[in-house]
Amino acid sequence: MIEQFVTNVLLIYELLRVLVSNIFNFDMVENKQRNIGWKTPWISGTDKGGYRAMKQAIWRVMLALPFLLLLGGCVERTAVLNPQGPVARMQYDLIMWSVGFMLFIIVVVFTLFAVFLIRYREKPENAGYEPPDEEGNTLLEVVWTAIPILIVAALAVPTVKATFALEKPPTENVKPITIHVTAANWKWIFSYPEENIETVNYVHIPAGVPVKFKLTSVGPMNSFWVPELGGQKYAMDGMETELILQADKPGSYMGRSANFSGEKFAHMEFEVVAQTGTDFRKWINEVKQTAPKLDEEKYTQILKPGLVGRMTFSNTHLQWIDHAKQNSHHGDGKPMKNDDQHDETMTNGHHHGE
Amino acid sequence: MKWSEFFVTGEPLIYAADVAIVLTIIGIVFVLTYFKKWKWLWNEWLTTVDHKKIGVMYIICAVLMLFRGGVDALLMRAQLTAPNMKFLDAQHYNEIFTTHGTIMILFMAMPFIIGLMNIVVPLQIGARDVAFPYLNALSFWLFFFGAMLFNISFVIGGSPDAGWTAYFPLAGNEFSHGVGNNYYAVALQISGIGTLMTGINFLVTILKMRAPGMTLMRMPMFTWTILITCVLIIFAFPVLTVALALMTFDRLFDTQFFTMANGGMSMLWANLFWIWGHPEVYIVILPAFGIFSEVVSTFAQKRLFGYKAMVGSIVGIAFLSFIVWVHHFFTMGAGPAVNSAFSITTMAIAIPTGVKIFNWLFTLRKGKIRFTTAMLWSLAFIPNFVIGGVTGVMLAMAAADYQYHNSYFLIAHFHYVLIAGTVFACFAGLHYWYPKMFGHILNERLGKWTFWLFMIGFNICFFPMYFLGLMGMTRRMYTYSAGLGWTPLNVVATVGAVLMGIGFIVLCYNIYYSARYGERDMTGDPWNGRTLEWATASPPVHYNFPVTPVVEDVDAYWVMKKKYGGFHVKEEDLKPIHMPSNSGRPFWMSVAFFVAGFGLVFKWFALAIVGALFIVIGLILRSFEDDDGYHIPVDEIKRMERAARKGA
Repeated sequence: MIEQFVTNVLLIYELLRVLVSNIFNFDMVENKQRNIGWKTPWISGTDKGGYRAMKQAIWRVMLALPFLLLLGGCVERTAVLNPQGPVARMQYDLIMWSVGFMLFIIVVVFTLFAVFLIRYREKPENAGYEPPDEEGNTLLEVVWTAIPILIVAALAVPTVKATFALEKPPTENVKPITIHVTAANWKWIFSYPEENIETVNYVHIPAGVPVKFKLTSVGPMNSFWVPELGGQKYAMDGMETELILQADKPGSYMGRSANFSGEKFAHMEFEVVAQTGTDFRKWINEVKQTAPKLDEEKYTQILKPGLVGRMTFSNTHLQWIDHAKQNSHHGDGKPMKNDDQHDETMTNGHHHGE
Repeated sequence: MKWSEFFVTGEPLIYAADVAIVLTIIGIVFVLTYFKKWKWLWNEWLTTVDHKKIGVMYIICAVLMLFRGGVDALLMRAQLTAPNMKFLDAQHYNEIFTTHGTIMILFMAMPFIIGLMNIVVPLQIGARDVAFPYLNALSFWLFFFGAMLFNISFVIGGSPDAGWTAYFPLAGNEFSHGVGNNYYAVALQISGIGTLMTGINFLVTILKMRAPGMTLMRMPMFTWTILITCVLIIFAFPVLTVALALMTFDRLFDTQFFTMANGGMSMLWANLFWIWGHPEVYIVILPAFGIFSEVVSTFAQKRLFGYKAMVGSIVGIAFLSFIVWVHHFFTMGAGPAVNSAFSITTMAIAIPTGVKIFNWLFTLRKGKIRFTTAMLWSLAFIPNFVIGGVTGVMLAMAAADYQYHNSYFLIAHFHYVLIAGTVFACFAGLHYWYPKMFGHILNERLGKWTFWLFMIGFNICFFPMYFLGLMGMTRRMYTYSAGLGWTPLNVVATVGAVLMGIGFIVLCYNIYYSARYGERDMTGDPWNGRTLEWATASPPVHYNFPVTPVVEDVDAYWVMKKKYGGFHVKEEDLKPIHMPSNSGRPFWMSVAFFVAGFGLVFKWFALAIVGALFIVIGLILRSFEDDDGYHIPVDEIKRMERAARKGA
């Protein structure tokens, strides 16, 4: 903790130091511009060193920044770059694949940029130089059209593959479990239809097992995101979207809403607790035995806009309402008793274990 | 709506703003009265149909809005500097990021670009004004009163708070009860109508009013980008018009287009918004490309490399911009086939954009580069925009986007393209064409201070945000907890934002300083320019060209200077010039729009009807108006030309 703090302070100090020294070293000098017939009196001399020093300094800042960030001990906190499951890892690999190409493009453009600026700047020596009246160069233009096409192709193929692959469980020989996720202002409700238990603002999953999160929302759109386990998907009112995630090993992972949903949206955090199979079973049994029952009155109260803490129940709200069915409630977010819907949910293959 | 809710109360910042607004109004009224300038204001500015004056008014508004949006940004950065800050509460923060986004895109970037195009395009094509000068004035005043209507929301009634994207159902009556989102719907509608008319106006102007000899493939690159931008406006803005109309119905009359109940479909809003919204970002970036092309070519003292490829790539980008909108919501679960298709179309935009980058680079090659302030902005654009561009390609990869979406990675990306692209271009264009607008040059030394402060501050502010995004920080969070490790990078970002703010202050000081002490431009061509606007005096006489110039090649003025030593006018060639008359009607009709809009916002329908009545009266009066403008006699032209050349 202290080490972290010290490196962070050093990071900020270094940035400020480079920045301030740049500003004060820079003496705002430019070339004489003989051929345009105007000149401001306070621009003196023909020193070109000011620019060069300034440019070098900027490059230093730009180049140093990523390294400073790494030094700052940020990597283990950089959730997206710290994948803890096969889904996040697939996305991590794709990201790293693209970063390689992007760095290549940046190096090429920045090099040409620097070389041209240094070589072709107006200098007293080249005062009589007349730039050529060239219209273009077909060969060069074909080259720099073709290379981006190749790069895009090299990125598109793995992107399409991964986009399709993410819709299927990453592990084929393990039976996935299903958890219904309902976003409400401003909390997350997790229902386990197979186990008939429900949690609020935290969710337990077995490690090494694909989890199908079936997402919906009561009210504004939210986005369900656990960066260490994989990318996000929207939770929308009257809709059901599906997001498959999986954790490699037991651990605790931060999740949050990534889509603005109103006043207290920033507090829409939840914890994903991955456990071994046995621990997970143990937890389920414990919940079933000890947690209170959820009734409609209590549920309506939970849905009211505001923040709530963690909660655990030994049944699910899916018994009386599934918000994923279009227009399942009135606009005020109040659930509507609807027996048809209940039956429909049953025939859809959701087991309530009653 | 209770009267007690009419004025926003309870926030010291708001009270300070109230006081500032009242004092500013008193100040303006006092100055105008004291110096007896009311008549001048009315005759020279409020009723003008001169494209140059309209352009200047657009830019003044844009700079004011840049200030407003920038203050919003600094307030947000202050709140996010440290975890659990209590500087702003959640509601206030939500309003501020909503107005920041809306104002920066629609009331800062758009008018800045439209202002520059108003001033420059008719001059570049050798025209005396736009095709429909009266309509142009109406466009401006609609934009202006739309912007004013949006801006008063923060002291009267309350600001919108559902994000500049105003996603439903959050922005609907079910979750946003105040008038804030009514302001959003109505104010954007009013200024959007103005923008749509500007698009039509400039499309016709460019297609019909070019000087003899200026074929399409001899047009300056800035004019080309404006032509394509107009096409984008004409196709994209009607979608916004419809979307906002449906939103207005939902909010005011309880229709159910985007609601949760009764078959409403909130995803429809997201689609309509981005079918407009994605072309919209190209509407603000294509003219930027045009500005950079002009500036780079002028100060590399060399013809633009690959002119045809440049034109082709703008057309390509414009076409692609209409078939990529789904990339704004890959995470909506449209399915892998849809996401893959939109991934590929989005990545394809990198190809024409890459072509342009290399063409600019090769314009520099073998050139003789002069580092003026305008050129510095244009040069800085290249590396900064490339960083924004490559991260854009990363975002375009649907499977990876699930990890970037709505995070600070996205925030960093679009600020890198919009600031390094559009804002740098606006500053480049401002410094470059400033002598053409006002007859004096912006001080170069102060200009370079602005540049370095703003450019370095920009990188310090937004580069760390890529990492904040990868660390899991999402956009629109008003606070975060201490244990997340986001604090140092947020501190760094705030430092950068402050530097950008200082850069802006230096710019404003420069405008004042140069007005008092700046060097007058007597030649009309201070930069050794290449296009026709530099063939006129600085500032040009209101009819622009005493005789219409004849164009022989791309870079028309450059060729004239090489072949004939400049643009010479023989007095015997002068003919009377036909010019449009001023009119006060665009101004008061737009006031009527404002009144009607204000009535709609508060559901005071009687007021709305009164406003609408005046709009109809204005339309009727215009329809039966018999004013063909006036002719300037030859003697008058001679007198004005001599005065202009002597240096007014």
